[in-house]
Amino acid sequence: MCGIIGVIDRSSHKMDGSGIKSALAMMDERGSGEGAGYVAYGAFPEFKDYYAIHVFFDNIHEIKDTVDRELSKWGEIVFDEEIPTYEQPNLRKVHTPWRYFFSPDPLLMPRSMTPEDDIVAHLVMKINTTIAGALVFSSGKNIALFKASGWPEEVADFYRIEDYDGYIWLGHNRYPTNTPGWWGGAHPFNLLNWSVVHNGEITSYGANRRYIESYGYKCTMYTDTEVVAYLFDLLARRHGLTPEMTVKALAPPFWDEIDCMPKKEEFINRAIRLAYGPALMNGPFAIIVARPDAIIGFTDRIKLRPLVTGELGDRLFISSEEAAIRVMEPDVTDITMPRAGEPIIGRIVA
Amino acid sequence: MKTVTIDASGLHYTPLNQEIRQAVKNGAGEIIIQHVMGQRFIADGLAGNVTIRIEGVPGGDLGMFMNGPTCIVFGNCDHAPGNTMDAGRIVIHGSAGDAVAHSMRGGEIYVRDDIGYRGGIHMKQYLEKRPTLVVGGTTRAFLGEYMAGGLILVLGRTSTRPIRERGVGSGIHGGKIVIRGDLDERYLGVGARKLPLEKDDMAEIYPLIRNYAAFFDIDPEPFMDDSFIQVVPSSSRPFAGKYTWE
Repeated sequence: MCGIIGVIDRSSHKMDGSGIKSALAMMDERGSGEGAGYVAYGAFPEFKDYYAIHVFFDNIHEIKDTVDRELSKWGEIVFDEEIPTYEQPNLRKVHTPWRYFFSPDPLLMPRSMTPEDDIVAHLVMKINTTIAGALVFSSGKNIALFKASGWPEEVADFYRIEDYDGYIWLGHNRYPTNTPGWWGGAHPFNLLNWSVVHNGEITSYGANRRYIESYGYKCTMYTDTEVVAYLFDLLARRHGLTPEMTVKALAPPFWDEIDCMPKKEEFINRAIRLAYGPALMNGPFAIIVARPDAIIGFTDRIKLRPLVTGELGDRLFISSEEAAIRVMEPDVTDITMPRAGEPIIGRIVA
Repeated sequence: MKTVTIDASGLHYTPLNQEIRQAVKNGAGEIIIQHVMGQRFIADGLAGNVTIRIEGVPGGDLGMFMNGPTCIVFGNCDHAPGNTMDAGRIVIHGSAGDAVAHSMRGGEIYVRDDIGYRGGIHMKQYLEKRPTLVVGGTTRAFLGEYMAGGLILVLGRTSTRPIRERGVGSGIHGGKIVIRGDLDERYLGVGARKLPLEKDDMAEIYPLIRNYAAFFDIDPEPFMDDSFIQVVPSSSRPFAGKYTWE
């Protein structure tokens, strides 16, 4: 099942985490207490130019030095600290969450157009596949990510997310079905500036994974949502597709619908499907993706999972349930249900 | 008539339903539930002659297995109101989510505005049990998917072609879907066919239109004179040869 919610303030006014906590807690029924998480964009203004690399350590004393050394090979650790947590009665702290603010040295990847991003992406894959007991779960600039195994309100209190401010927030309440619940398997999933929350399953995971791994991404989290973050990174960042076109590639119209489109539209839809066939995602899903200038919500092509949107002033809300949006913003207007596969995009305007 | 008011602010659905059941047991004829915010399963399995007025946005599966009561919702509904409902009535002053009237077995649902995907999925009927779903606005794809019985009526208040989505009656093998105006053939699902609605068949939908108009204070006349089509199974057993050979 799972419950998802996202909000963007298009004028970049920040919200603290208390609103999304109560909204996600309203959807407790959609989870099982085995995973919940939040992400805030704009949370580290004092370190906004550095990559905020979040790591779950199994054991600080033995493993942290190895990670420090790996990072230092590629740049400078400007500041690092244990992410403050506050004991909760039913939440067992099985990992130590840590964050580094990291400045990669672009000269070390001379042939890349985006050397800093590529260094950080490389480091994420390297650490997650070669350093046992360390898991990088977030790596974007000015992005704070909080997740653990527990109920939404417990995880929020564990990190005290009300102490953080963001102009974009995503939240996720997990009901694990195909793989066990664990800290790394909780959402949001993040790579660089992309964060993803997802309700449902990607039944085409095998095909998508083979496709994405052929571009150098490595799937390490034992869950299907991971490929969504990597697909967005590949299609939207590296290939430069717009969010609309990226969603068209991941959840395209049916061929019989494409056949009935006006010529120009038919051409582009056909081209996208042919070029990105292995990126097509099948199965039931409702997804919200965030990047620093936008949030994007969409469902699978036959709408097997719920998604509702609402607006108030500069704020766009996307969620599994209308009631969750109303918990966060009682005066919300324009409640709508997007069509299957239709991207709902909220962009920063100021 | 005895009226009981329940404040649902911050109340989980379990104690809320316990209060509802207690009120019915104590002879309440009307229950007003205020400040409803996402509570699921309201009035599930409830029997009796009671009217429940729900103020707010209830969660999924409102009136599931309900057998007799009337629920009037002043707000939108989430997924599957009337799921496997046996008897009674749900009136929604707003829109509803996906799978409205899911597997419904009897009773009536009236939705003032629109519904999501898979409305009336697997509705069924048996002898005098014949469920009805009336939608005032439009519906999304796969309306009446796997429908086995009952009646879906789509009034399309704002459009002469209220449904522009695929899979209408996909897998239908009983019951019928009546739509005001017309439906493009390409939106018909597998095993479904479109027929005009003859004068004799109109008699069946007039009372539903009058009810709809009365519940939502809308003039019924524009609907009464208009033309309708019906979507029905393409034969008496459209899927007879799907899994076995005869």
